[in-house]
Amino acid sequence: MYKFVIKRILFLIPTILGVTLIIYAVMNITPGNPGQAILGTGVSQEDIDAYNEKLGYNDPFLQKYVRYVKNMIFDQDFGISYVTKQDAFTEILPRYLITLKLAFLGVFLSAIIGIPLGIKAAVEQYKLWDTIPSIIAFLLAAVPAFVLGLVMLFVFCGWLNVLPSYGIGSFKHYIMPALAIAIPPAAQNFRFTKSSMLESIRQDYVRTARAKGVPEKQVIWKHVLKNALLPVITQVGLSLGTLICGAVVAEEMFSIPGVGSLIVERINYKDEPVIIAGTILIAICFTLVMLIVDVAYAYVDPRIRAKYTKSRK
Amino acid sequence: MSKHDKTMKTPEFQGVEGAPILDIRNLRVVYQTDLETVEAVNGIDLTIERGKTFGLVGETGAGKTTTALSVLRLLPANTGRILSGEILFNGKNVLELDETLMQAIRGNLVSMVFQDPMSALNPVYTVGEQIAEAIRLHNPDLTKEQVEDRVDEMLKLVGIMPSRKTEYPHQFSGGMKQRVVIAMALCCEPELLIADEPTTALDVTIQAQVLAMIRELRDRLGTSMLMITHDLGIVAQTCDAVGVMYAGEIVESGTAEDIFLAEKHHPYTVGLFDSIPNLSSRTSRLKPIPGLMPDPTDLPKGCVFAERCASCMEICRQEHPGVYTEGTHKICCHLFAAPSEKEGGAK
Repeated sequence: MYKFVIKRILFLIPTILGVTLIIYAVMNITPGNPGQAILGTGVSQEDIDAYNEKLGYNDPFLQKYVRYVKNMIFDQDFGISYVTKQDAFTEILPRYLITLKLAFLGVFLSAIIGIPLGIKAAVEQYKLWDTIPSIIAFLLAAVPAFVLGLVMLFVFCGWLNVLPSYGIGSFKHYIMPALAIAIPPAAQNFRFTKSSMLESIRQDYVRTARAKGVPEKQVIWKHVLKNALLPVITQVGLSLGTLICGAVVAEEMFSIPGVGSLIVERINYKDEPVIIAGTILIAICFTLVMLIVDVAYAYVDPRIRAKYTKSRK
Repeated sequence: MSKHDKTMKTPEFQGVEGAPILDIRNLRVVYQTDLETVEAVNGIDLTIERGKTFGLVGETGAGKTTTALSVLRLLPANTGRILSGEILFNGKNVLELDETLMQAIRGNLVSMVFQDPMSALNPVYTVGEQIAEAIRLHNPDLTKEQVEDRVDEMLKLVGIMPSRKTEYPHQFSGGMKQRVVIAMALCCEPELLIADEPTTALDVTIQAQVLAMIRELRDRLGTSMLMITHDLGIVAQTCDAVGVMYAGEIVESGTAEDIFLAEKHHPYTVGLFDSIPNLSSRTSRLKPIPGLMPDPTDLPKGCVFAERCASCMEICRQEHPGVYTEGTHKICCHLFAAPSEKEGGAK
């Protein structure tokens, strides 16, 4: 099993390098140069060229890329922000952590809301516990996070005045944005869990379990759930992607100083180091979550585990 | 682990020596959806004597599996409905029992071997765990070691090395999986074993092995059996009594001798025999029964086999045939109905 985990971790390296290459290349082919961006418009062309030369901007692309990756890995040096003239990494890190907190809180909420309701709906198919959540989920899955956020702002801040409407400080600040981004994926998790459970319930091995005399509750918890949760694990992992995107919207709406709003803001100034660094950090987080999903998958499903371990003596 | 303990736990199911172990009377089962009603089983009567094997024969869709699932009350909850009838197990009507009692019966007194071993085992648990589950459920007093010993014993019984109990179903071949399913079904020494086409999904050489094993275990444990199959060869090898099922009705029943040796037969049974290849006679082609089974959502008013019957008469399309009885042999057909029409008749 640990062999599989190590293999999977090693596989992360080319993935992350690939991601950095793509991001770096895309930013490079867009027009503009750092000399211009840093020195501003009131400077002569010679000064700009000299500055670019000093930064190594005119070097061949591959050379620049290798140097960038080297600095990134060995010195956590992602370059200097064009706008604030500060180290990009130190500027991003605190905001990155806020976004991660928000996104993971969202994943957590969407899982604990969606999955149990999905299980309940599948077990009580066509009854009240199925129809009502299904209708609500159907509606909510179609509502974008920003609409939910606005409605919540109106209700909790404008109307009831119980939650702070902007900024991030206490736990209270996280409630609304986390809920706003968690609800659409929660609705998706609900629908996914329900259909996966229903599919699993109809399997022959469930009938076999019943024929053994296993009580219905145990049939669901032991035989159906473990099989049904496999695809749900992937779905929850993937929803992190949606949630990071959702977090960007939520950050804008609730004025949260996260990495998403930072990137959006800096795109206007073409602040390359910050944009690249922010994107890479998000990508690394996403690949790590996918790693966890894969390991969890192998942990639950012996068929996948078997691909990586020798069991026959 | 003996029979004695078991009847102590469930005294109400103590059988009476000489009385049949399973008696199905006028069972009607439908599958109901908003769109249509499928009449799967239409008033069948079936009796299995203690220690004997009853073969239920018929083509796909005849209602054989539905009958078996009704005995364990495992019909699909949303659609399956038992409209009427009685299923007496050791004299008790299982259709009137509550769910807890049913759970005590399932796997303990009546257990089932399913058609497709590929999907009958849960892929995420080891085979040992799946066998142990049944043992633990019905014998809560056993210690862990005793349960494990029993699992080893069962695996040995079905010809699998006990060391393989920590493996998962995907590491077993089809035949081995079916052995595991059989071990699971027999681990609590049930009084009645329902084998639902246990060899259909296996290839021929494995079929013979598994069948021989089922027969041997049945004889050793003294289990009564309901053998569901479409293979008359299996019936000849294993069964004491036979029922031929067609479109939800038992069209002919009797002892194995009645079915294989008697002169009079339902035309459907004749058709079944004609579609078996015969090595001794020089026929170049098999004689299949022409046509298809009637639509179970729209069964004909007269004899259900009339459409495909070579000796179909006018009355066959008008009236449901009565039962012609000759000793233990019963045929439900107008060809023979006349002599004993009054006592018979499909109820």
